Amino acid sequence: MKQIARRMTVAGWLSVAGIFVVLVVAFFAPMLIANDPMETDPLRRLSKTEGFPLGCDQLGQCVYSRLIYGARLSLIIGFSSRLTALLIGLAVGLAAGYFGGWLDWLLMRIVDMFLAFPSLLLAIAVSMVLGSGIGTVIFALAVVGWAEMARIIRSAALELRSAEYVIAARTLGASHLRIILTHILPNCLPLITVIFTMGMATAVLSEASLSFLGLGVDPSLPTWGGMVAAGKDYMLRRPELVVYPGACIAFLVIVFNVFGDELRDILDPSRKGHW
Amino acid sequence: MLEFTLRRIVATIPVLLGILIVAFTVLYLIPGDPAQTVAGPRADAETLARIRSEMGLDQPLLTRFWSYLSRVAGGDLGDSVVTGKPVLESLTEKLPYTLKLASFAMLVSIFAGVVMGIVSAITQGRWLDRLCTVFSVAGISIPVFLSGLVFLYVFAVKLRWFPTSGFRAGDSLLVFVLPAFTLGIRSAAFLARIVRSSMIEVLNQDFIRTARAKGLSRTRILFRHGLVNALVPVVTVIGLDLSSYLNGSVIVETIFDLPGIGRFAMDAILQRDYPIIQGVVLLGAFVFIMVNLFIDLFYAWINPKIRDEMMGKSAG
Repeated sequence: MKQIARRMTVAGWLSVAGIFVVLVVAFFAPMLIANDPMETDPLRRLSKTEGFPLGCDQLGQCVYSRLIYGARLSLIIGFSSRLTALLIGLAVGLAAGYFGGWLDWLLMRIVDMFLAFPSLLLAIAVSMVLGSGIGTVIFALAVVGWAEMARIIRSAALELRSAEYVIAARTLGASHLRIILTHILPNCLPLITVIFTMGMATAVLSEASLSFLGLGVDPSLPTWGGMVAAGKDYMLRRPELVVYPGACIAFLVIVFNVFGDELRDILDPSRKGHW
Repeated sequence: MLEFTLRRIVATIPVLLGILIVAFTVLYLIPGDPAQTVAGPRADAETLARIRSEMGLDQPLLTRFWSYLSRVAGGDLGDSVVTGKPVLESLTEKLPYTLKLASFAMLVSIFAGVVMGIVSAITQGRWLDRLCTVFSVAGISIPVFLSGLVFLYVFAVKLRWFPTSGFRAGDSLLVFVLPAFTLGIRSAAFLARIVRSSMIEVLNQDFIRTARAKGLSRTRILFRHGLVNALVPVVTVIGLDLSSYLNGSVIVETIFDLPGIGRFAMDAILQRDYPIIQGVVLLGAFVFIMVNLFIDLFYAWINPKIRDEMMGKSAG
């Protein structure tokens, strides 16, 4: 931790501050909103009424309050989908890299397969099978994201497998599970932190794309992607209906990308500038 | 090289087979009865049963999978449940638009990405490098649908430089400019980072120092020695871009109203026309596998060391 803090650049600190702000906004969303983000009123349609800091959208809903709640949905969906993807990726990657042989071959062919699908279309297909809902979107994004994680973790595990301390532990009679949990996994932690952070950026972006296409969560829920989609039909009169939520998405993705880059440079200098 | 090529081609077979299994399973799992969709909501039980047996839906699962496999192998991807038109025929009809879009996007991406990467690498750490870095982070982070809408608003609606939307026969290539930029800028941002890091790595190598010691000019070193070597990893990125454009085209073609594969897929999704969705997904996966195959063969061809490594890996 100390080492990370010491070597962080200005951009890194700014990104941490940015993530912190979004976290605070998401956590305290009920206290920060000005109006009920779901309350529609045809009379307030596209108006700039008092008490509505950023005006109203095409359904007369408070744009500001929806943006605030959007942070919540983005983070919850992004985080849960990445966590799910990470757990699958860890299980598959560690098993493939550590045991090698036919298991490695089989698991990596499955990974290849999942990487081959066009990710957005695969996510769409999964959400069609499961029906709409937050859980579905999380699962769909996890299905799309785990393979990449599995591949990166596998190559780390493959390297660690022949490390001297692992061979030593093996000779001492440690079980495979014990070696994986106490030797391989802890050494993968920096890598896991980096791919998780970078993955958050991808997940936020994918969720926004799904919502934009109307295939994410229930369109009445305040998601940033959904707000852009709804606002685009009124773009000529009120471009800010697209610009505000769009800027929120870009901001969140940028801070995660910058923070991820920073973490990678600090935790894994050998890969500086790669991936 | 021949042995390597053959082995690499054979290695794609299990992946292709797996993809077909997944595509088949997803279609099988999707809720709703396909026979009902074909027959319409008011069909009686007898008609439903007839359609079901016509479509082979009453057969055991494995039989259905086998007949599915042999159909796909014969180039039959099924018919649209909405229009009844063969999926493959529609795909080949829509493909030229998406190919055009992808080629223009790739031009933008390669040009902007390589230039930005080189500029970044030779001004490493200075303000121009920082500026390029900011551009590439923004390019990676800004969602395609946002940049697309902003381009549409600024360049088509406000400045009227380009047609707003809609593709009419006889329209010039102008309609492709904005969508191609939207897609291309994003991949240019990725490419710039890769070119930058690979260029920096190459420029720190011994043979560059030797070239410098020999007194070669700076531009000659940069282009003859540096760039040629730095572009090797770039091939991967460009190749993978090609398949990522299919994803991007779903959004971009919807925004700019281009009648390509992406728009076709999106319409099919809204109408729940599963055979089409399945066809597009298969096409995407197939393109990805082929692109990867060519990338690997290309690497093996230019660098025998990589070939041996890959051979060792696939054998072990």
